[in-house]
Amino acid sequence: MSIKYTDDHEWISVDGDVATVGITDHALEQLGDLVFVEVPEAGRALTKGDEAAVVESVKAASEVYAPVTGEVVEGNSAIADDPAAVSGDPAGNGWFFKIKMSDASELDGLMDEDAYKAHIDA
Amino acid sequence: MSDDPEKPLTTPLDALHRQLGAKMVPFAGYAMPVQYPAGILKEHLHTREKASLFDVSHMGQAFLKGDQAIEAFESLVPGDYLILVEGKTRYTVLLNDQGGILDDLMATRIPGGLYLVVNAACKAQDFAHIQTYTEDKAELDVLTDRALLAIQGPKAGEIIARLAPDTADMTFMTFKEVKISGIPCFATRSGYTGEDGFEISVAANQAVELAKILLNEPDVEPAGLGARDSLRLEAGLCLYGHDITTATTPIEADIKWAVNKRRRAEGGFPGADVILDQLANGTDRTRVGILPQGRAPAREGTEIQDLDGNVIGSVTSGGYGPSVGGPVAMGYVKTDFAAPDTSINLIVRNKPLAAKVVKMPFTKKTYKTK
Repeated sequence: MSIKYTDDHEWISVDGDVATVGITDHALEQLGDLVFVEVPEAGRALTKGDEAAVVESVKAASEVYAPVTGEVVEGNSAIADDPAAVSGDPAGNGWFFKIKMSDASELDGLMDEDAYKAHIDA
Repeated sequence: MSDDPEKPLTTPLDALHRQLGAKMVPFAGYAMPVQYPAGILKEHLHTREKASLFDVSHMGQAFLKGDQAIEAFESLVPGDYLILVEGKTRYTVLLNDQGGILDDLMATRIPGGLYLVVNAACKAQDFAHIQTYTEDKAELDVLTDRALLAIQGPKAGEIIARLAPDTADMTFMTFKEVKISGIPCFATRSGYTGEDGFEISVAANQAVELAKILLNEPDVEPAGLGARDSLRLEAGLCLYGHDITTATTPIEADIKWAVNKRRRAEGGFPGADVILDQLANGTDRTRVGILPQGRAPAREGTEIQDLDGNVIGSVTSGGYGPSVGGPVAMGYVKTDFAAPDTSINLIVRNKPLAAKVVKMPFTKKTYKTK
């Protein structure tokens, strides 16, 4: 299992052809306290770059984009019910959705952890 | 973040904000704290529960003085300042000839004239406007060497009374020159959160000292512009440039109480013909409170539709109300839909979300009235 990162501060954890997607600590820090989360329903087809989920803090709304093309396997209803749950564990229980990838080569353009760290420090 | 290469202005508390770990953002040409490490949610709730200190030194302060200062000022606003006694503060609006709002402000009767506090983003235009229209009758003295701190929350009264016993008997919308722990201040019992509290004007070179004294009091935490915005939204208070603009009149904005009785009878303020006509005959649209029925916030600019899908207005301020525990908004709707409990739809991410028109404020005000 490897973890990749996008420019939009999402993480993607890949297990076989299923990718789990969430937002990074850095994204969470920028957003502040989360007050609303909307995750995609299972079965929804997403193309890389589509708006897949919504995350809102007191101040503003942001989108979570699909980092890869595929079909949503599951949205994390726990964080939709309790957006604050993302804050405690964004890289774990605070995941947003799982997507069955149709083209794993789309992962190739994403950053590994070191590259992402360099990206946010830049 | 601003791409403006010009360095933002700073308030006298700039270094203190940074020491306190504030996240600084550009606002109205100033670097201002949007939040401290506690975050907007906690800062908001702390204000409603205890007391918070806000730096609002970016706002404009001025004296308007002279024998004819009150009459001159009244030519620009619909408020009755002749009736107001010294030491009383009144909210009003600067109007253009169409009855549109140039800014909203607080004006206090003081010996020899008025003490004005205006919005940061409007202050240069406001003062130029006031100067132009009053210069043969009054003298405008812009107070560039003063800071403005706001302490807001149910504990604010007792905290300030401990440090300045003279303030104990002050009621909402009154003003007094006092010493807070020996520091000379202008204290106005007012604010922008729906809570009891004070706005305190202090010499710029004593602002840090005063801020530290206040922050040292038990129950006082710093709060930023983020919490200030969610607090005023829950309190149903307008934000200039959003809920009120040059394109809205005080009647449309449902602040008709700012057009005082004598002024309604006499007119003599900019846009009086438009405003008096609207008072008599109503307006096509009205500012209302909006309570989304679900959990998704509806932000500024969100389209409002009736249940048949016709566009009836838009949201001018909207977000999450931490004390309400859910989304809250305000906006303008066609007056036919302005009655409380009217069902409407908010178009968020292309989907209609059910909402109701409600009376504001969303939270109970705790002003000290006696």
